[in-house]
Amino acid sequence: MADELKDLKIELSKNGIFTTTIEEIYNWGRKNSVWPLTFGLACCAIEMIATTMARYDLARFGAEVFRPSPRQADLIIVSGTVTKKMAPQVVRLYNQMPEPKYVIAMGACAISGGPFRDGYNVLRGIDRYIPVDVHIPGCPPRPEALIHAFMTLQKKIEDQALAGSARPRHLKADLPSEFPVPAFGPHGLEPAENPEVFRNEPGNPLKVIQ
Amino acid sequence: MASGAPRPTTAERKSRNEAGGPGAGVTLLENGSPSAQHSLLLDREHARAVAEFLRDHAVLRLDFCSLVTGVDWPDRETTEKVRVRKTVTGPDGAETLQEVEETHKTRVPGYLEAVYHLYSMTQKHGPVVIRMRTANRGEDARLPSLTPVWRSAEFQEREAFDLYGIVFDGHPDLRRILMWEGFTDYPMRKDYVPPADDALQEVHG
Repeated sequence: MADELKDLKIELSKNGIFTTTIEEIYNWGRKNSVWPLTFGLACCAIEMIATTMARYDLARFGAEVFRPSPRQADLIIVSGTVTKKMAPQVVRLYNQMPEPKYVIAMGACAISGGPFRDGYNVLRGIDRYIPVDVHIPGCPPRPEALIHAFMTLQKKIEDQALAGSARPRHLKADLPSEFPVPAFGPHGLEPAENPEVFRNEPGNPLKVIQ
Repeated sequence: MASGAPRPTTAERKSRNEAGGPGAGVTLLENGSPSAQHSLLLDREHARAVAEFLRDHAVLRLDFCSLVTGVDWPDRETTEKVRVRKTVTGPDGAETLQEVEETHKTRVPGYLEAVYHLYSMTQKHGPVVIRMRTANRGEDARLPSLTPVWRSAEFQEREAFDLYGIVFDGHPDLRRILMWEGFTDYPMRKDYVPPADDALQEVHG
């Protein structure tokens, strides 16, 4: 939104007139009803479950409905160690989610392999195969950290433009919404990473940390 | 019995015949640590018969196999210093008979080992640790399966097969259990090298 429009909006709100845009109200609705996938891999999943329970109460953010099917989910929280044997299933679940879809990589293992990095069956971060929106460090991260990641994601959704060149991946027809599922090879996963997703060059549209 | 061991007494021979038939090789491996958890090394030919004896004997009744695991003993070299007398040519060309120290290297071939921990639920004693060793770490990495004796060994023998490459003859369903079908390595072996594609990547700030 242009700056003068923003100023006008603030000016109007001072006089008791509230204005909004389609983009704002659309994103406001989206960010307050992010439904995660019922999906946990290891000990981080226990913290994720704790986050949804009464003490931390993720329901305050409109995300209490964990969907049992990827077809109904907006968010996949990769919570725990991704083994090489499990990685194809994680990518497949992500591919089955409808757009717009988001990924939180929760904990040291999901972002890098963590303490098990050198294990023979451990994937060194899920961002090798799918684009991750929010990374949370920690082993495991506390529920507050997951809530913070959630608020970061909400902020990100709120700021997404619906039109223009800055619009996100799911609104650009030429960018993929599904990613190749790695295959089991004789020594490890093939390919070992998806360079389109994993490439670290600044400006990579699929890499979220810019 | 290991060569050079004292001749078995009649009672010992009798119990051994009872255990695994004549010639059954059962060696006691002593554990010198404070835990003193000694183990029995069974030979491959008679292991099944000895295992059945351990399970069925009225006093032993080792009816529960709680653990099966593998151990990799890679090929190793031992060096030994020996003093020998031989003719040595000095810098001035004179030959003298001297005592020289020579280093002899011997290659000790490696093997894979399967370890079983047995308990008795009825007699409330245990553990009894038994071991078996393969002939080598290559083609002949084979051991008789003890799954027909203790059913609880099934998955754990599959795990030892998956991670160490020990082939258990007589196992009802010997497939990989942790790694996928088509994986060709044995990751818990000492000489396993993980694929090199996992190098740490530079992160742009």
